[in-house]
Amino acid sequence: MNTTAAPSRNGVSLEAHLAERIAAGGKVLLPYVTAGITDDWVDLVEAVIDAGADAVEIGIPFSDPAMDGTTIQEASVVALDRGITPADALDQLRGREYGVPLIAMTYYNLVYRYGHERFAADAAAAGVRATILPDLPMEQAGDWAEAGAKHGIENILLAAPVTSDDRLAQVVENTAGFVYVVSTMGTTGERGEVDDAASVLARRVKAAGDRPAVVGFGISGPATAVAASRESDGVIVASALMRKVLNGESVDQAASFVAEMRSALDKEYPVEK
Amino acid sequence: MAVTEQPTSDTFPEAASPTHMGLPDAAGFFGEFGGRFVGEPLIGACQELEEAFLDAWADPEFRNEFIDVLRDYGGRPSPLTECENLSQDLGLRLLLKREDLNHTGSHKINNVIGQALLAKRMGKTRLIAETGAGQHGVATATAAALLDMSCVVYMGEVDMERQALNVFRMRLMGAEVIPAMSGSRTLKDAVNEAMRAWVSEVTDTHYCLGSVMGPHPYPWMVRTFHEIIGIEARQQVEALTGGLPDVAVACVGGGSNAAGLFAGFADDETVRLIGAEPAGGAAAGRGVPAIVHGMKSYFMQDEVGQILEAESISAGLDYPGLGPEHSHLALNKRAEYYPVTDEQVLDSFQLLSRREGIIPALESAHALAWVVQEIEQLAGKTVLINLSGRGDKDVRQVQEILDAQNGTVNGAAQ
Ligand SMILES: Cc1ncc(COP(=O)(O)O)c(C=O)c1O
Repeated sequence: MNTTAAPSRNGVSLEAHLAERIAAGGKVLLPYVTAGITDDWVDLVEAVIDAGADAVEIGIPFSDPAMDGTTIQEASVVALDRGITPADALDQLRGREYGVPLIAMTYYNLVYRYGHERFAADAAAAGVRATILPDLPMEQAGDWAEAGAKHGIENILLAAPVTSDDRLAQVVENTAGFVYVVSTMGTTGERGEVDDAASVLARRVKAAGDRPAVVGFGISGPATAVAASRESDGVIVASALMRKVLNGESVDQAASFVAEMRSALDKEYPVEK
Repeated sequence: MAVTEQPTSDTFPEAASPTHMGLPDAAGFFGEFGGRFVGEPLIGACQELEEAFLDAWADPEFRNEFIDVLRDYGGRPSPLTECENLSQDLGLRLLLKREDLNHTGSHKINNVIGQALLAKRMGKTRLIAETGAGQHGVATATAAALLDMSCVVYMGEVDMERQALNVFRMRLMGAEVIPAMSGSRTLKDAVNEAMRAWVSEVTDTHYCLGSVMGPHPYPWMVRTFHEIIGIEARQQVEALTGGLPDVAVACVGGGSNAAGLFAGFADDETVRLIGAEPAGGAAAGRGVPAIVHGMKSYFMQDEVGQILEAESISAGLDYPGLGPEHSHLALNKRAEYYPVTDEQVLDSFQLLSRREGIIPALESAHALAWVVQEIEQLAGKTVLINLSGRGDKDVRQVQEILDAQNGTVNGAAQ
């Protein structure tokens, strides 16, 4: 595969990368960008990194996003109608220096169909250091995790408010990168407040082992990001960001929203120098 | 017409066909198909359901109640009808398993009664369901009314238009019908919508899935509730003919009526099992399986793995995949799956109406369409069709199509 465009922190895993800020008392911020949503979506990826993202989730759109709410569904339809394929998405990412790890978030069928080995190789060449496959549960994830690991790709597992203690212990043990804390029993989407269940779950994850816990689902802006980070190591913002893009906001406008979240987090949880 | 003894819980076997249609493995796979590919928030609900179903199915009281309700409320056993006219026309012996005569007009009631009783036993107060033609939605609304539960049905916006009468039926029985507006706005999208809703309502709500699909334990549980079709049919055909049919045919959307029928004959190697799929939604044996809707199974998909939209005259078969056990039976060649076109289906719809006085559901007409297509190789054979539903819901749609096609008004020449 393409070896000339290795990302700048190629030797560093996502988990090690995130650990630096977390160890210093800070909180991580992971924006999500749907691949192919606009012509300049890769510029948006770079812009949110410049605005302070610790890593970026690249959503590879799927025809049947059963875990997603209306905004990501709409973003997926727009991107698919514009003709993006998984190979295009990785191709368009390749050849730039991102400075932070990328995370591919998609549904398992696209990885299965691409072929584990081939996807891992192409994704790694594009700067992808981890995957989130919400419909690939822990029990079925072994083959993919192994194929990904060969190319330095970590597979992130999810925990939900209803996940039992026994199962949570296994998730914490088997995940790589971080534990994706699903904040609420629902689909992705902006919400006015973050569910109390998120704090309870983040605390349970932290108690179950020494892994980063990052909250996703329902983060709508600086206030919810700060609140959701209280018990966790940081947040993922997806729908709120994609809503702005769907509303026609520019790369700069979308990036300044990420910058606001960055400064709110840094103000509340300053990094010790 | 054959008279059958109603099976009792004592005679109701563990699995009607333990060799070819036995239990899935612990992870819910039939061979390489099936499994439980759902998000972490739904894993617990699937586990809880699996345990509850295992417990209930081992409890004679639950089985007796299931059988009693199917008899006293659902109208089982459904009769077996020998089609004298069509048999003569086609040069074979044609038998129909009359699931169209069940309460609510299709086989769907078997599964729904089973799941609703199970949900009640689990302490759930609410049923949600997806529906294509509306038959499963109507059956779910019916069971909810019977058991005093509340009910929400997700239905593709396109299907709500095609099957307006069934939408009204559901509302009449107190169900709320919510349009699925995403994607093709048909059955596949209604499934996505129901899965999304289930996540947030999982504590008090049971997702009453309408076919042998979805995450484990659904494909196995739904098939088990429908095995009564095959068990009755086997006894009835034996009583009538002194033997077994040569061929057993059913239409396949997700594949529940076919699975119920096949279960009665899967271990009888002399009986050919045939699934008739719509040409615009034929999934069986399509190269690489896909993982979607909680399962690994054959689906219509493009070269990168995006799921395609099915297109069929019958809303109930407008599904781009099929249940994992069917994928397994197809791969092992125990059952065969063939496509038939909308045109053939319309012909068969009229043929059964005119020659036997039975108006079939458009879905069920697919099974007859395959038989008509294959009359040469079926000459002299005993052919059993599962007539999964009646055509009342489709009459309006067919009238419009035929009037437009033939230049008639309400079926009469001008
Ligand atoms: C009469 C009838 N037959 C068949 C089907 C298809 O379902 P399955 O393939 O699960 O039997 C439907 C679905 O709505 C139906 O209404």
